[in-house]
Amino acid sequence: MSGPRRGATLRPYLLVAPTVLGGALLLGYPLVRNLLISFQHYGMAELIRGGASFVGLRNYRTVLTDPEFWEVVRRTFWWTLVNVVLIMVIGTLVALMMRRLGRGMRILVTSGLVLAWASPVIATTTVFQWLFASRLGIVNWVLVRLGFTSFEGYSWLADGTAAFTVLVLLVVWQSVPFAAITLHSALLTVPEELYESARLDGAGAWRIFQSITLPLVRPIFGLVLCLEVIWVFRCFAQIWAVTRGGPGEATTTLPVYAYRVAQSLHRYDLGSAVSTLTVLILVAVLIAYFRQMFRQEADR
Amino acid sequence: MNPRALRRLRVRLPLNAAALTVFVLCVFPVYWMVSTAFKPTPDIQSETPVLLPTSLTLEHFAHAVEADGFWLFWRNSLIVTAGCVLLALVVALGAAFAVARMRWRGRRAFVLMVFIAQVAPWEALLIPMYVIARDAGLLDRLVTLTLIYFMITLPFTIVTLRSFLAAVPAELEEAAQVDGCTRVEAFRRVTLPLLAPGLLATSLFGFITAWNEYAFANMLIIKNQDDRTLPVWLSSFSNVFGTDWGATMAASTLFALPVLALFLVLQGRVAAGMTGGAVKG
Repeated sequence: MSGPRRGATLRPYLLVAPTVLGGALLLGYPLVRNLLISFQHYGMAELIRGGASFVGLRNYRTVLTDPEFWEVVRRTFWWTLVNVVLIMVIGTLVALMMRRLGRGMRILVTSGLVLAWASPVIATTTVFQWLFASRLGIVNWVLVRLGFTSFEGYSWLADGTAAFTVLVLLVVWQSVPFAAITLHSALLTVPEELYESARLDGAGAWRIFQSITLPLVRPIFGLVLCLEVIWVFRCFAQIWAVTRGGPGEATTTLPVYAYRVAQSLHRYDLGSAVSTLTVLILVAVLIAYFRQMFRQEADR
Repeated sequence: MNPRALRRLRVRLPLNAAALTVFVLCVFPVYWMVSTAFKPTPDIQSETPVLLPTSLTLEHFAHAVEADGFWLFWRNSLIVTAGCVLLALVVALGAAFAVARMRWRGRRAFVLMVFIAQVAPWEALLIPMYVIARDAGLLDRLVTLTLIYFMITLPFTIVTLRSFLAAVPAELEEAAQVDGCTRVEAFRRVTLPLLAPGLLATSLFGFITAWNEYAFANMLIIKNQDDRTLPVWLSSFSNVFGTDWGATMAASTLFALPVLALFLVLQGRVAAGMTGGAVKG
């Protein structure tokens, strides 16, 4: 009697077993290991011979008292702020614009956005290096033509601010399509009648945006904002592929910093501590954001 | 022209101009990549950029393909991507079935864990992954990358397949079982075909993630350069091609091509599948 029934009750567990096993080995264990390494002395010698010893909070103390770390934190916040603000503003404007376009133009814009969205990150990263190349790069040529003659042969990646600008343009270009397309589909859920009656009541464009559009699309807007903060804050591939965090340290954000500390200095312990702190900072930022959002909802 | 039409035009004109600007800004980098790849070298090196190539050449593609190990890296990327997608599909199908169709203790906790795993901080795991792979003798091996990409894509695959499965009525399977199918047969013959759009959508996601992944490929494949994947190879183009932008853009085009093609083909089919299902249901 109990044979087939026991088999039936075991079946769901057998079905999820590979997922649980994969999650434990490939996600859970590395997370725990990261935490462990951040409490150990773990350099080149320990990597080769093993036998790392625990040093308590020493790595965290080293990192947190290093002025360079705080410089990197400040830069990471700045990097996230500039990128996310640009992405959200441009994404919202493009979405609002798409709503008012005729059918043909809307299809044209959508296909352009999808093309940019679908292009692989490393491919477009390479293309941007070509666009901004000091010799023969088309951006310098256009700028010189517009009268900014100082851009003749200008080398973008040699100057901190310029390299930062190129990376911001790259990430914004790669991220706006997702934001615009998602926000546009959210805008489509707002009934046209609401706009019409508002217009009849004599409301201006900004007023309509503030009192009709924004409240209705706020949940999706919040979601997109949240995702963009996470993506930009954790951004690694683009920065590493274009500048390796340079020139000097001008484009070193937290993920790049953790990688640099671990790989070039062989201080895996400090790198792990920085990684852990990065995750904690991100979680803190997002929790603050969620609390703000809940408070706003409660106020209504 | 009457004043109303004039006013409409005054609104339409800047709006359409803005739309065109957005379109050009989106498309130009991609256009510049493809056109540079096909342009003859004198056009690329001209002091005044040549917007429309005077003639087309495949010479840069030949350079890119002949470059050291191009086919090897292409093959590596393909192996890793295909492995990750297949593994994720099989494992996720089992888990999604258990979640959507069965009642068992721990189900809610499992679903919660899957949702949390979706936002796992993968960039923070570069260092421990390196240490673990080194300890296990798994550095410089494609199987390591395959497993990591599998785990990156798995949560999303489970969540998506689960919602697709939930949309297929369980009665269909039960009816097939009444007609004499076993449960597995009923699933394979009745539900699986209906899941095709979901399988395509999740494969597309897995493909793009694995094909593009750079950080882990860059960290875990170091000594054995033969096991590099395309993104890492492409990012080091200046070592491979120097300032030969034609060949670099040809390589970028070849790298981007499968993703763009898949996106175009599958996006239409996924959308068609979803609406088709909605109309019939």
